[in-house]
Amino acid sequence: MEGPLPGLVLTWQLDGTSLFFALVILSISAVTTVYAIGHARHHHGFPGSSLLYLLFILAMLAVVLAGDGFTFLLAWETMSLTSFGLVLTDHRREAVREAAWAYLVMSHTATAFIVAAFLLLARTSGSLIFADWTGHASALDPSVASIIFMLGLIGFGTKAGMIPLHVWLPRAHPVAPSHVSALMSGVMIKLGIYGLLRLSFDWLAPGPAWWGALILALGATSAVLGVLYALMEHDLKRLLAYHSVENIGIILLGIGVALVGRSLDLPVVIAVGLVAALFHVVNHATFKALLFLGAGAIDAAVGTRDLERYGGLLRRMPITALCFLVGSAAISALPPLNGFASEWLTFQSLLALGRAAEEPQTALLPLLAGGALALTGALAVACFVKAFGVSFLALPRGPHAAAAREAGPLELIAMGALALACVALGLGAVPVVSFIGRLVPSAAAPLPGSALGLTSLGAGRLAVPGVAVALVALAALAVFLPRLLGPVRSRVAETWACGITLQPIHEYTATAFAKPIRLMFRDIVRPVRDVGIVHRAGTRFVASVHYRSHIAPVFERYVYLAIKDRLVAVAHVVRHAQNGSLQTYLAYVFVAVLTALLLAR
Amino acid sequence: MNETLASVGLSFLQLSLLLALAPGLNGLIKRMKAVLQGRKGPPLLQPYFDLVKLLRKDAVVSEHATAIFRWAPAVYAACFATAALLVPVLWSSAPLAGWGDAIALVGLFALARFALALAGLDTGSSFGGMGSSREVAVAALAEPALLLVLFAVAWRSGGTDLSSASHYLVAQGVAAVAPSQLLALAAMVVVVIAETGRVPADNPDTHLELTMIHEGMLLEYSGRPLGLLVWASLLKQIVLFSLVAALFFPFGVAATPSEIPVALGAFLLKLVAFAFVMSLVESSSAKLRILRVPELLGAASALAMLALVAEVVVG
Repeated sequence: MEGPLPGLVLTWQLDGTSLFFALVILSISAVTTVYAIGHARHHHGFPGSSLLYLLFILAMLAVVLAGDGFTFLLAWETMSLTSFGLVLTDHRREAVREAAWAYLVMSHTATAFIVAAFLLLARTSGSLIFADWTGHASALDPSVASIIFMLGLIGFGTKAGMIPLHVWLPRAHPVAPSHVSALMSGVMIKLGIYGLLRLSFDWLAPGPAWWGALILALGATSAVLGVLYALMEHDLKRLLAYHSVENIGIILLGIGVALVGRSLDLPVVIAVGLVAALFHVVNHATFKALLFLGAGAIDAAVGTRDLERYGGLLRRMPITALCFLVGSAAISALPPLNGFASEWLTFQSLLALGRAAEEPQTALLPLLAGGALALTGALAVACFVKAFGVSFLALPRGPHAAAAREAGPLELIAMGALALACVALGLGAVPVVSFIGRLVPSAAAPLPGSALGLTSLGAGRLAVPGVAVALVALAALAVFLPRLLGPVRSRVAETWACGITLQPIHEYTATAFAKPIRLMFRDIVRPVRDVGIVHRAGTRFVASVHYRSHIAPVFERYVYLAIKDRLVAVAHVVRHAQNGSLQTYLAYVFVAVLTALLLAR
Repeated sequence: MNETLASVGLSFLQLSLLLALAPGLNGLIKRMKAVLQGRKGPPLLQPYFDLVKLLRKDAVVSEHATAIFRWAPAVYAACFATAALLVPVLWSSAPLAGWGDAIALVGLFALARFALALAGLDTGSSFGGMGSSREVAVAALAEPALLLVLFAVAWRSGGTDLSSASHYLVAQGVAAVAPSQLLALAAMVVVVIAETGRVPADNPDTHLELTMIHEGMLLEYSGRPLGLLVWASLLKQIVLFSLVAALFFPFGVAATPSEIPVALGAFLLKLVAFAFVMSLVESSSAKLRILRVPELLGAASALAMLALVAEVVVG
């Protein structure tokens, strides 16, 4: 170990990767802070919550600027604990305490895995400094390197919300105040990605191809399952939280491609994969923060997170609606917005790997992942038609939605800035991508002049501004050309509801909207339907019907509860050793000392 | 500058051609269906008369409708008009080649669906919601299948660019025929049926709530906006047909300006052939139950994936 008291000197580093993530953290937290100031009239945090919020942002910055393992862990733990405190803001509710507890347990288990990985890394290099780890990377035994990789993948993957380690995310993110949810979903989970990047590209030498393949498979699973679970939700913030799982999956696809490329020594594939992943990191931070802030504004206006009680909000909150619409289109990867540009790059990276792979079986996984990404995109469109349509369109479904008022000016400024950023990052995809390439040299994709394209691969070309110009020009033509046929009037009348006056109850609900998809994927999401009919005594007339539908929590039941049951069983066995008798404890101490002496002899 | 002018001019020509042919294609399919079913059928030019009538008619707008409902037809039309410029039709390069590839094309289809599905929800009518809900569910399976088909066909030309793929196929001629293309074609036919709202996935001729998908979303539209939506849907149909022509039957494509009349003839011939196939499929099969449609589309996705894998492993 270096120095007299190793680890007590905090070291820092600022390279391109750190700078990139620091820029994301700073820009998103600047916007959420503006929002938080405006939102304070709705949400009185506990005393000191603002301090905790600032500490949370500083801790995230410290994570990406840390230059050694000790500093990193210190910052990492501060980040986890401050965000735990912020999740607990509404601590008087039982559900909030439970969610925060799940978050605390998961993030500490994850930290344990990271510590283990760090200790193994420190053992080989004899130092906690990251630069030394990079220097000694090739000295690592390959099997030890694989163990470190797996430990780090579990640790960082939990923070990122990768399936099956995602279960804390849809619990903790919805219950936090919205500006905190925006930071957690938009930025904090990306630090799991940061850790994974550092681990697999800086601290470890190029490993076997299965590392990248594993990340590809996990990414594809997270993307598809994330969006499917999101579709099943009618709690707006939980829906958004599941979309974070989906988008982390998309980011992981890019990283997986880059990692396989690193194993097979394909610099262009590494560059395309990395730039796709990093671009999606920025984009997801932007639109997810926007959507969470929007959800917060709606929650404050209507007083619930339940989609089924919204409706008609576009007339009542027009600016929020416009911002939320931009965010919805961006997260659904619709052209010409930023989500589309980075998903396009992710597709290209998967195809590039498929093409560069020498054996057909290596090409299979990226192609399957491409199919999964295509499915994810289509399902995301379905999900955001549901989220936007049910919340903002048609008639209000309750008195609270009918009485909703537009958010305050600071909230609107924050959301407007992020919506503009979604448009700008889409139209400016080429400069942004080359900027990322300058920051992270291994992600410097060979780009031709004006179009976003990979001509060195002979792959496709895309000019997002061109598509945008064509869309706007042709939409204008579609509006103005028919006018040559003469003026027409438009008359306002009732919606046709088969002759009766339209009531909110006639509208399609969020649950009904997702029903075809729920049935199509019933083998995966396992919907449970519970219908009970009560008859009037002695007759066949129905007195009341109740209908409940929910999704079986597969991961909780079959993974986490199983682990918990095992742990409890082990604890029952261990309990016999702890029988309360002083003599027994003395015997334990005696045996322990004796063993220690024998071992240290 | 000259290049920009040329692509604007070509865009104008190609878009006008497709817009002009789109209603006629539908009239032809309707006529062929009628003959196959022993009916006389409407005149060939009927879709044109319908469109002109609709575009001159006043509209009735729901009192609950918002700006989404008013803007959706323009966005929907713009998406397919842009898509029409990304597909090579008479010559092997699209007017806006280089601005967007297969992924952009599918992205534009998704944007159009997003706009129309929201408009379906906007009036609060159950029919609109039903149409939107079913449309996004069916598309959730059709869209991946379409993308995978395009990947498979474009694979050997080296990327996702539709114009390069068309160049490659034209240059290779018969040598380009491969088993993977048969799989891709089979998947593509199912996708075209689903995306154009035809039997057995949907029924273009009905407003019966048990079966309708696409028509459900249009139910609250009337007059000029409806005319715009109908024309845009017809444009979508001809864009999909042009895609099939460009990627699976690339013969007769012009290389020099003097060959354009021949190319136009070949294109019309292909449209007539596709119309015949469509009318045959529609006359010989029954509409599937809505919950069975995913099975059909799932099979298409699987075929498309197989085509891509076959292309990589065998090709």
